[in-house]
Amino acid sequence: MNAAALTAVRPEATTQNVTLAKALNLGLREAMAADDKVLLMGEDVGTLGGVFRVTDGLKAEFGADRVVDTPLAESGIVGTAVGLAMRGYRPVVEIQFDGFVYPAYDQIVCQVAKMHTRSHGRVPMPMVIRIPFGGGIGAVEHHSESPEAQFIHTPGLKVVACSNPVDGYWMLQQAIACDDPVIFLEPKRQYHSGKAELDPSADPLPLFATRRVRAGDDVTVISYGPQVKTCLTAAEASAGEDGPSLDVFDLRTLSPFDLEPIFESVRRTGRAVVVHEAHRTLGPGAEVAARITEECFFSLEAPVHRVTGFDTPYPPSRIEHQWLPDLDRVLDAVDRTLAF
Amino acid sequence: MSERALSAVNVPTSRTPSPVRGVPTPTDPDDRGSGGAPMVQLLTPAGTRVHDSEYDLEFTVEELLAFHRDMVLVRRFDTEATALQRHGELGIWAQVLGQEAAQIGAGHALKPQDFVLPTYREHGVAWCRGVDPVNLLGLFRGVDGGDWDPHDHNIALYTIVIGAQVLHACGYAMGMQRDGVVGTGDPDVDAAVLAHFGDGASAQGDVNEAMVFAASFNAPVVFFCQNNQWAISVPTTTQSTVPLYQRSAGFGFPGVRVDGNDVLASYAVTKAALQRARSGEGPMLIEAFTYRMGAHTTTDDPTRYRTAAEVEEWQRRDPIARLESYLRSEDLIDDSWLAELAEEADELGSRLRTACKALPDPDPLSPFGYVHAELPAELAAQRDEYAAYLASFEDAR
Ligand SMILES: Cc1ncc(C[n+]2csc(CCOP(=O)(O)OP(=O)(O)O)c2C)c(N)n1
Ligand SMILES: [Mg+2]
Repeated sequence: MNAAALTAVRPEATTQNVTLAKALNLGLREAMAADDKVLLMGEDVGTLGGVFRVTDGLKAEFGADRVVDTPLAESGIVGTAVGLAMRGYRPVVEIQFDGFVYPAYDQIVCQVAKMHTRSHGRVPMPMVIRIPFGGGIGAVEHHSESPEAQFIHTPGLKVVACSNPVDGYWMLQQAIACDDPVIFLEPKRQYHSGKAELDPSADPLPLFATRRVRAGDDVTVISYGPQVKTCLTAAEASAGEDGPSLDVFDLRTLSPFDLEPIFESVRRTGRAVVVHEAHRTLGPGAEVAARITEECFFSLEAPVHRVTGFDTPYPPSRIEHQWLPDLDRVLDAVDRTLAF
Repeated sequence: MSERALSAVNVPTSRTPSPVRGVPTPTDPDDRGSGGAPMVQLLTPAGTRVHDSEYDLEFTVEELLAFHRDMVLVRRFDTEATALQRHGELGIWAQVLGQEAAQIGAGHALKPQDFVLPTYREHGVAWCRGVDPVNLLGLFRGVDGGDWDPHDHNIALYTIVIGAQVLHACGYAMGMQRDGVVGTGDPDVDAAVLAHFGDGASAQGDVNEAMVFAASFNAPVVFFCQNNQWAISVPTTTQSTVPLYQRSAGFGFPGVRVDGNDVLASYAVTKAALQRARSGEGPMLIEAFTYRMGAHTTTDDPTRYRTAAEVEEWQRRDPIARLESYLRSEDLIDDSWLAELAEEADELGSRLRTACKALPDPDPLSPFGYVHAELPAELAAQRDEYAAYLASFEDAR
């Protein structure tokens, strides 16, 4: 097939400059084209293309049997997805906003997560539950939450978070191909902000792998999802001011964690800061800090610092940018680990 | 179940059925627009007063004028809030446009001792409960979660998680039972709960569980479902293949469909259902058949999923226009009444604009304020650490 024909059939097969929403859309399209057992379900995912347009055009392309506008009931969506998975399908479920996953929490924790164990592997749950997460979009309550710890704490689930369009494209396809249930977190405030070059012929990193996104020597900075960008900006700012040089990591996978690259870094820097929007107490940072302490105790020059959402409900949007970790708070924590 | 309850389950089918949503029909001024199921109507879309075998009422002039005034003012409030969102003063707004009759009718049927559980679109009901519209705007502006005391107005705060409040309504009604304020026969004591939700919410487990509980405990709760035909982009037919009011039969209590664009019928039916609940006869489901004339919220683009023809069809059934033509035909209002009302609406609009813009941003430490009845020491430490951090910027100036 010549290049033009290839482009005509699969426009996504050429390098494109895409937003996160578009990259996820392309990833879903690839997965659906590759495996007709893959189907999408959720509120407004069909005709509307999702409230963030991540599923835009997919109903027209694959039909209403494979892109299902469901009744408004999250427990219903995930519960029926369990049955579809039993029947050999690979449901990709969209939860409209993070704060609306809780009606499905029982199905996720008691059914999705445990089915493999209970059936001795006879009934796998190859399901992906996509959740737009994180704040910063000026929304009303329940639309800006970071519920990842709830799922990391649940044995039987995989939990990943993408932080950029290229990862979104690959990680989503890898999650769909995974035979275990995957909670797939998408940083909603980045859906339409900023584009990246997506080369579908490139070799992706494996799904359950942490990535160093900027090399540095003084402090290890660890994040995922929407805060990766904050940490990179902080690292650039610090470098620009001849400040400390930051070794920045995008965890990408939160269950299982892939912390070897972090340990290797902390053994060099002796200092670590973990950044996330989720609440502090028992947030992912608590686990990362504990593991760093276990694995790098003799290399540590300072306690692991956390920059997180506070242990309060997410605030009204007019002050969300003060509540959320930002460049200043990250650099402040960096300074404090260095001053320790 | 009482005689009356049973008869309401089998709603008389003498009521005229007409077209299904989304299928515009030739314009017939007396088309009832019931979506094909029997529906209580006291005022046709053309403004003709008709009678219902079960829910008919005589209305005083004061009542009729109050319905009209409230609908006009709430529409103005809604229009103003939409404009404030466009100007960046609100983060988002959920318009009530088109649903004024259902809400003003239901709101007027309440007694002070009744309690209301709203969704996020109950601006008309909140208005009837005496909540200052300014205090509603805070949630949408992003400065608070809605700034009124539910106990002062007997209406809870808005609930955004679809369906959750319907269970609360049932529990509140169970509390009323325990407090001995149901079925005493004293009209100033007997109370009931009005639970609001949408057609989309009717699919939620919480809503269905609430109906199970209400039936089991014969709770004094009226389930008031505004079927505005859409849950964002999803039509009611995806939530229910039978008319929603028929759901109640399976739970064991009566249900009725009312023309939600007819304020007289909405009032009459809600009044009867609340009275029934107050007197101890148990729950009832009202499906107010109406239409969301605006977008789902200011972030939504309804042209992606519904036709202009459908919207036009419903425009013809506008709740305010219909009451106005009736009032005019009865010589109950004239141009000067309308002019005065327009002036009052203008004043409301300008007060809202000013007051909305003056709503201050919360203090950055305020999120810690009400997390617990008593702030735990470790959370206080988190707050203090953050306060010191914020102060370090002040010091650096
Ligand atoms: C549990 C939950 N899931 C999803 C949403 C997102 N959402 C907000 S409004 C809405 C549609 C609600 O439709 P309906 O109940 O008919 O009420 P309407 O908006 O039409 O008044 C959805 C899906 C939510 N708020 N809560
Ligand atoms: Mg609706």
